Amino acid sequence: MGRYLLRRLASYLVLVAVAASLTYFLAGLSLNPRARFEGRNPPLPEAAVTRTLDDYNLNPDTPVVARFARWAGDVAHGDLGRTIDGDSVNDDFGRRVGVSARLLLLATLAGSALGVAVGAYGAIRQYRLFDRFSTLVSFFVLAMPVFVIGVALKIGATALNEGTQTIKVLGEYDAQYAGRWDPAALLNRAQHMLLPALTLIIVQVALYSRYQRSTMLDVLGADFLRTARAKGLRRRTALVRHGLRTAVLPVVPLLVYNIVLLFAGATFVEKTFGWHGMGELLVDSVAGQDVNSVAAVGLFAAALVVVAGLLADLLYAALDPRVRVR
Amino acid sequence: MRTARARGRTPRAEQPTRLRLTARRFARNRLALLGLALLVLLFLAAYAGPLLTRWDHRTHDFLSLLSGPSADHWFGTTQSGLDLYALTLRGLQKSLVIGLLVGVVSTSLSAVVGAFAGYFGGWTDRVLMGAVDLLLVMPAFLFVAVLSPLVRGSGWPVFVVLLAAFSWMITGRVVRSVTLTLKEREYVKAAKYLGVPAPVIVFRHILPHMASLLIIEAVIQAGAAVIGESGLSYFGFGVQPPDVSLGTVIADNTNMAASYPWLFFFPAGCLVLIGVSLAFVGDGLRDALDPDAAGARARVRRRGKRAYGVVAEGRRR
Repeated sequence: MGRYLLRRLASYLVLVAVAASLTYFLAGLSLNPRARFEGRNPPLPEAAVTRTLDDYNLNPDTPVVARFARWAGDVAHGDLGRTIDGDSVNDDFGRRVGVSARLLLLATLAGSALGVAVGAYGAIRQYRLFDRFSTLVSFFVLAMPVFVIGVALKIGATALNEGTQTIKVLGEYDAQYAGRWDPAALLNRAQHMLLPALTLIIVQVALYSRYQRSTMLDVLGADFLRTARAKGLRRRTALVRHGLRTAVLPVVPLLVYNIVLLFAGATFVEKTFGWHGMGELLVDSVAGQDVNSVAAVGLFAAALVVVAGLLADLLYAALDPRVRVR
Repeated sequence: MRTARARGRTPRAEQPTRLRLTARRFARNRLALLGLALLVLLFLAAYAGPLLTRWDHRTHDFLSLLSGPSADHWFGTTQSGLDLYALTLRGLQKSLVIGLLVGVVSTSLSAVVGAFAGYFGGWTDRVLMGAVDLLLVMPAFLFVAVLSPLVRGSGWPVFVVLLAAFSWMITGRVVRSVTLTLKEREYVKAAKYLGVPAPVIVFRHILPHMASLLIIEAVIQAGAAVIGESGLSYFGFGVQPPDVSLGTVIADNTNMAASYPWLFFFPAGCLVLIGVSLAFVGDGLRDALDPDAAGARARVRRRGKRAYGVVAEGRRR
């Protein structure tokens, strides 16, 4: 088992390295950092721009292979290079991961718990009103792009606010509360958190309830449930203790997989509600011709896929006794 | 697939073909029929709808800027006086065409790659599946976004190719594993020993046996592509002006949406209708073509590719 895992890990590492390198080459060839410095008023002298670009390893006139070699060498030492504005990509990254984590933590916990509950309840009362309704709603939600849900909530909140500022639709907190954690600041953060979290929760409940419903349906027909009932357990106890516990197992790795990937996937939510997290960087770095940031996002996203996959595999092995027997 | 009752006892004229059986099963699913009707309506609206109005999607009506829905402008007008009805239908055309094309192209790609990898095995298999692994690790959204300046001048067909290139991998794996089982069937072996060339075997004996799987996949992929396209276009990485798609229409007007909600709800409504109708049709097709198989495959599409939609299906009983 250990050797097999190590082998997989090694091949994954190669994959991530290749994916990140490809991202760098593409970004280096396709983006034009010089454009960011042109059109300034007063105009910057050509030589100054070139010097700045050289400093940040962004000069499009340097052969892309040479730029890549310098970038890869830095990355090997744990330095992701400079953003187009001259800041350290590492610092920027650290800040953004924090923002994304604060947003995702609450939303994913609530979303996965609710999703599992809705799916399981729908399966138990299959084809009843609740099941039909929740299935239909999740169909609709999954057919909507996330930004549509986000913008619709924004419009709804604006209508609810009626000119007040009860529900905030932009940013993580108001400027005066920066770095504070007293009750007033927490309330302010909660006002900001409501809509983006709700968007994420809606999407996740729709998705996870589909998984959970189908695994629960598989379990409901199983012999061991009948045995549990025959043993004299109440229906409810049998369903929760024996049914749900078994049916959740295959879903948990999926949940973890999706949650890890949300770090890069919360783009639409972060952009819609103005949170400066990882997802926002994914869009802004490309729009801002910021080669090193794009490469860093590519590296991060590829690594996430691998981490998520490995975590899911490990969880399968840990949770499902049938895997261990092999 | 024919049932015993279907064989022999019915008069010749009503011999239930597989197609007829499938159609009957499909028609039993009310939601699927609704989805199909919706899809037909959307196509009609997209291509016949513009004939009903005198406004063109490029003509500015400077006498009514940001006006609400009225007899003159059915969906209202944008900030610069464009007629939203004409604009939305124009975007609907593009979104529908892109979605369906990506569905077909991406599924064909999965079929060819998966079947060849499974049938030939060995190095072919290793190289192709290595490519699948790599593409799955790559952040597709970022990639398409980075490539968009390079292909900016070449119009939306290139964009279709890009979307398809990043959405075939999971289906490709499924096709490969089905191929591995079909390869062992007698009729395939017979063809092989009769000296039929391998590509012919793949296209004539293996892929047709997965037709139902591929059809279902194509519909699901089309739905995912519509969502993916709109997401990329929303950030300006997708369809470029002068072309419009529903994503660009929403993006252009989203800053006004809070005060002028119709600017958002008409195009967004169309977008959701496409997604929902395709989801219903896909679901109905699965029940009709594959009554007790594929539905159990809880499909995992990666959330990071939410741009490419996530489809998870439970088995219906």
